[in-house]
Amino acid sequence: MTVAWQQAFARVPELLAAHVQLSFSALLLAMTLCLPLAIWAARAPKVAAVILGFASLVQTIPALALLALFYPILLGLSALLGGEISALGFLPALLALTLYALLPILRNAVTGLTGVAPAAKQAADGLGMTAAQKLRLVEAPLAAPTIMAGIRTAAVWTIGAATLSTTVGQASLGDLIFAGLQTQNWTLVLTGCFASAGLAIIVDTLLGLIERGIRDRRKLMAWGSAAVIGTGLAIALLPMLAARDDVVVIGAKGFSEQFILARLIGSQLEDAGYEVRYQDGLGSAVVFQAVASGDIDIYVDYSGTIWTNQMKRTDTVPADDMVNEIAQWSASEHGVTMLGALGFENTYAFAVRPEDAASRRLKTLDDLARVSSVFAFGTDLEFLERPEWEMVKAAYPIRFKESRSFNPTFMYPALSSGEVDVISAFSSDGRIAANGFIVLEDTKGAVPSYEAMMLVAPGRGSDDRFVNAIKPLVGAITVENMREANYKVDREADKRSPGQAARWLDEQIRNGKDQ
Amino acid sequence: MISTSSASGPAISLKKVRRSYGAVTAVDDISLEIAAGSFVALVGLSGSGKSTLLKMINRLVDPTAGEVLIADDNVKAIDPHVLRRRIGYVFQNIGLFPHMTISRNIAIGLELAGEKDGRAERVAELLELVELPLEMAGRMPHQLSGGQQQRVGVARALATRPGLMLMDEPFGALDPVTRDSLAGQYKALHEKLGLTTIIVTHDMAEALYLADRILVMEAGQIKADATPAELLSGSVGDEAEALVAIPRAQAAHLIALGNIDGTKRT
Repeated sequence: MTVAWQQAFARVPELLAAHVQLSFSALLLAMTLCLPLAIWAARAPKVAAVILGFASLVQTIPALALLALFYPILLGLSALLGGEISALGFLPALLALTLYALLPILRNAVTGLTGVAPAAKQAADGLGMTAAQKLRLVEAPLAAPTIMAGIRTAAVWTIGAATLSTTVGQASLGDLIFAGLQTQNWTLVLTGCFASAGLAIIVDTLLGLIERGIRDRRKLMAWGSAAVIGTGLAIALLPMLAARDDVVVIGAKGFSEQFILARLIGSQLEDAGYEVRYQDGLGSAVVFQAVASGDIDIYVDYSGTIWTNQMKRTDTVPADDMVNEIAQWSASEHGVTMLGALGFENTYAFAVRPEDAASRRLKTLDDLARVSSVFAFGTDLEFLERPEWEMVKAAYPIRFKESRSFNPTFMYPALSSGEVDVISAFSSDGRIAANGFIVLEDTKGAVPSYEAMMLVAPGRGSDDRFVNAIKPLVGAITVENMREANYKVDREADKRSPGQAARWLDEQIRNGKDQ
Repeated sequence: MISTSSASGPAISLKKVRRSYGAVTAVDDISLEIAAGSFVALVGLSGSGKSTLLKMINRLVDPTAGEVLIADDNVKAIDPHVLRRRIGYVFQNIGLFPHMTISRNIAIGLELAGEKDGRAERVAELLELVELPLEMAGRMPHQLSGGQQQRVGVARALATRPGLMLMDEPFGALDPVTRDSLAGQYKALHEKLGLTTIIVTHDMAEALYLADRILVMEAGQIKADATPAELLSGSVGDEAEALVAIPRAQAAHLIALGNIDGTKRT
């Protein structure tokens, strides 16, 4: 347990710094936008109605969706402007969080400014203050406590919502939460929660002190708290000053196998002298665009995924042909190098409980179709929307009683416990064999092949040192080894971290080569 | 130019001044000459246009038509905030800035004018002028009584040594005792500093006591223009007589009460 906590805490400083950088930038941008708007709105009630209406509307969009929406928007913008904008990572996270912070700041600033006593404003006019003097000397100081309270609310929201920026590839304390959720590492989840909540509480307290300092006109309290915030911020910004000439960013989707393979690739690159950073938890839809645009340098994808999602193909060809066609297509269309297949496949496998397989005599997907009207189907979060599901339904007359989506972590327990009767498992997942589940055969070959393969960003594909560092991984991973490595991370007891599993896998590869 | 010394206040001239709000005419073609150094009271019921007329002098309200001249300068030609800095303005709700000390409240006009030297001395001088103790300087407005706050309001208006004072129901929110003493002290200040003062009030007794000229307004027009003595003699007209009748009746009542109880008083 202590080792697990130590490992989790070791990641906190770096992620905390990224978290602070992101939330502070969003807050600062929101304040810069809001304060002039609020001054305008406070003088024109119609403007206030429009601006506050917009901010309220933004607030109704779930933070996760807002983050996701900025990806295609920025991608489109980037295409218009010649690919200079990064659609992943800091920028979409910043914009989404900024929009999210608008409402509390705007609403409080407008309330504060319109709430200034009419007598004070009349006196300011009567004394001959210009509009700017009235704002500076009278309205702003009198509205300041209310404005500060709005900034405080926005800060707490932003720090909380910043954990979601992991999904668009921006490092934050959410990395711990999402990775922990995927690998059932509750130590990681709790560490992420505590760190993020702790940050929010500390910032809230300090901003609260500034608010009180302004309200009670206690300058020392206000400036002292501001100094503490400033110091914290400076510490968080320090890493940005450190030289980062050649950091390789390794992308990973949101499940254990991807985390392990990313670390395996990372360790090869580190041995070759590269500095490495991981971007975990990227969605299937964004990860290919991310490598094509150079936001990440390398990641592992599966041939069938590229075939159906990116190339929009619905025909099925032999596995080797598919890999070759993908290599040609990705190079010519996107400049992405397909460095080679890793040697194992991770396809969608329909798995059932052994007792059902025996009692209902289930061996193939045709058998499954026969009983599908009384079966409940459990899938991961994306399978029902994927073309493979359409292909399966086209090939076999499957109509399930009901379908439910799960985080992959919870899909296997759902099958064991009988909540669902069949799942769309992953063939390289160690939990199939560990649970004794039976995989049904796809006799009609409806599901395309899913060879794991490394895709490399345009700039890196021609870098020999880079390519040579990871070339040894091509064809080196057997499905048995991958399953075992996955199981080390996914199992309930005696869990290993993705990094430890990657080291184990590395040893197997080296031993295999030696023999 | 408007006089900025305390030697003598400026003369004011209104020429066919009108202010309309949509279909409502608040001030209806008023022409008026106010002599330098006079103390003029604008009296009338709520909505008679007296406050609007006052605010057109320092351009808190701009006239729809007509001209306002202060010592022969057309106020339209002067930047509003420059104009207002030369005119003292005191109003019922006082409007002290709650986040500033009394000292800074009083000196705010000097701060706006960019006068850095001698602020503390001027504040001390003004506190003495409005009969407040010097230690008030460091207090915050909420620590003062209503009467003390309005004294500060008067001091703030006088800080830049304006020749013209505009007062909009300045003592309206104060208790009668405070009101009476403050009115009396202001009248003495008006004489001492040689100001031109225009005061808006709905209290005829106050107007009779303070002013040397009383203008009775009704529906945006001046219905009577007379000295207190003329008003009291009843020679001015029915509208004015109606307004004077009330304080006169009250005074008579009080005198009657005094006569009944006369034995005790002497």
